[in-house]
Amino acid sequence: MNSKDTTHVTRRDFIKNGVRGGCLLGLGGLVGFLTNRSQADDTVWQINPYECVACGKCATHCVLDISAVKCTHAFAMCGYCKLCTGYFEQQPNALTSGAENQLCPTGAILRTFVEDPYYEYTIDESLCVGCAKCVKGCKAFGNGSLFLQVHHDRCVDCNECSIAVACPSNAFHRVPSSHPYMLKGTDLMG
Amino acid sequence: MVALVLVLLILPTMGYTVQRFPPPDFDSGHTLPRTVIPEPRALIYEYLDVMVLLIALSLASYLALKSRSRRGIFLLGIFSLAYFGFWRKGCVCYIGSLQNITLALFDHSYTVPLVIIAFFSLPLIFTLFFGRTFCAAVCPLGAIQDVVVLRPIRVPSWLEHALGLFAYIYLGLAVLFAATGSAFIICQYDPFVSFFRRSGSLDMLILGGGFLLVGLFVGRPYCRYLCPYGALLNLVSRASKWHVTITPKECIQCRLCEESCAFGAIQEPTPEAKTTEQDENKRRFTYLLLLLPVFMLFGGWLGTRVSDPLSRMHPTVRLAEQIWSEDTGDTQDSTDASDAFRSTGRSKYELYDEALQIKNQFAWGSGLLGAFVGLVICLKLIFLAISRRRSDYEVNRGTCISCARCFAYCPVEHERLKERGKDTIPVPGRI
Repeated sequence: MNSKDTTHVTRRDFIKNGVRGGCLLGLGGLVGFLTNRSQADDTVWQINPYECVACGKCATHCVLDISAVKCTHAFAMCGYCKLCTGYFEQQPNALTSGAENQLCPTGAILRTFVEDPYYEYTIDESLCVGCAKCVKGCKAFGNGSLFLQVHHDRCVDCNECSIAVACPSNAFHRVPSSHPYMLKGTDLMG
Repeated sequence: MVALVLVLLILPTMGYTVQRFPPPDFDSGHTLPRTVIPEPRALIYEYLDVMVLLIALSLASYLALKSRSRRGIFLLGIFSLAYFGFWRKGCVCYIGSLQNITLALFDHSYTVPLVIIAFFSLPLIFTLFFGRTFCAAVCPLGAIQDVVVLRPIRVPSWLEHALGLFAYIYLGLAVLFAATGSAFIICQYDPFVSFFRRSGSLDMLILGGGFLLVGLFVGRPYCRYLCPYGALLNLVSRASKWHVTITPKECIQCRLCEESCAFGAIQEPTPEAKTTEQDENKRRFTYLLLLLPVFMLFGGWLGTRVSDPLSRMHPTVRLAEQIWSEDTGDTQDSTDASDAFRSTGRSKYELYDEALQIKNQFAWGSGLLGAFVGLVICLKLIFLAISRRRSDYEVNRGTCISCARCFAYCPVEHERLKERGKDTIPVPGRI
């Protein structure tokens, strides 16, 4: 190796060191700047039930075969109606749990008698597919105590939720993982 | 009257819902059940992921640079594929995290989680010191393509250079769409995530399958020609402090490694250039340098031409156009989105304003994107015009992903292993 080559290598190394130093500084600055505005919490996806229009896309657009979105019941808001418009088809033949009377395509809502004339409605999450038929019915004629929520035992927390992309009313939001639900009848972020 | 005041007081707190039927007071003393809300994955596990990433990065760098073990790299790759891919279901990935970082820079209402900052920056920092060892064994998308490399063909140099530009264009588009809050296209078109989740739309399964099929014969097609994070790492890796070398000591010019790289990252020694050729290259270099602003201006102009279709990636722009065409009678059918918008009672002029603002951002953004693409293409040409002298077979520090395949082809490496008393000399199979 002659002397000319040595200076050549040194010059390239010098430039490389400079570039590396610049990259490190830049990256450090970026990370510092972002850390200032970051949160220790991770973010998860959640539906604001007051923005949800119950379009039914949650059942079809989740990356999971059976959606991570499930119907959720705010029992304190429920009217415990005998004729529940979230449970029964419009103009049901009879107020019984017969499949032909039910709105829910998978029979995921359980109707139990409490006392006259009140019935309690509970959701079987393992059956619910998040189609929002009951949500629509309850919102239209009832108290709106049935609503959709992303259930975090199932959600894989995609970086960009594919239901959020399809949501017609932008009801999906990134929320801190320490407050992962937006429940009706409570302070939404609480 | 009192009731009306009460209702008015309660209504705002209840949002849009009306308590049509007051909740009953049960005589039987029935207690209300609790609403089922399963907790998300505990935060501690997210930090565990960062630890695993840190350990995997260190291990990959050690295996590639120090112990020079292809077997180790391969096994670590399998682990990463299993952990970050199939166990963690591929989200959030390092590649996608660059969109979160961009969004956080441009949208002040978005607070980016610390974990995502770590996922974005750690591989970059490691690459600055050790080269792309991250790509070799830590990235699950890389690993899934690495295991299917069967009989890689040599992609012609001109095609390799041309296809490599797509990664930068993809990077530019991803940044534009993330910065405007339109979409995370890297996530939407991640070809392998549906395999990791073992569920997904048919289109994405076909796309992923296609990539793997091509990957049998063209090593790591996604990494080389599309990965936007790989484009960043490529640039950063050129300035890396240390980097894998084909031979552990001095090259003996045996040419055995010539065809060993599955990813076309080994550069041949350059023959002694003739003076006329050097002059020609110098002239090309000068012309291209002078043409650089022209490339960027033309690119910028082209960019502003396509800003309108690009802006339709933003849901607000789409919604505003839908509302507009409904109101002018161009379309009769309303969409879910337009129905939802009308039910909120928001003024449509507010929406139009918002959409115009976004379109304005896109006019600027796509102009910049075009200029960036012009810059990248021109720089590529400039680098091709620079004749760099190489006396040995060397790896291209930008495109080499430190997979350690070529080591086994080097007789000097075999000597080194013998000296160390390792009698099992790795015999290369079909790459």
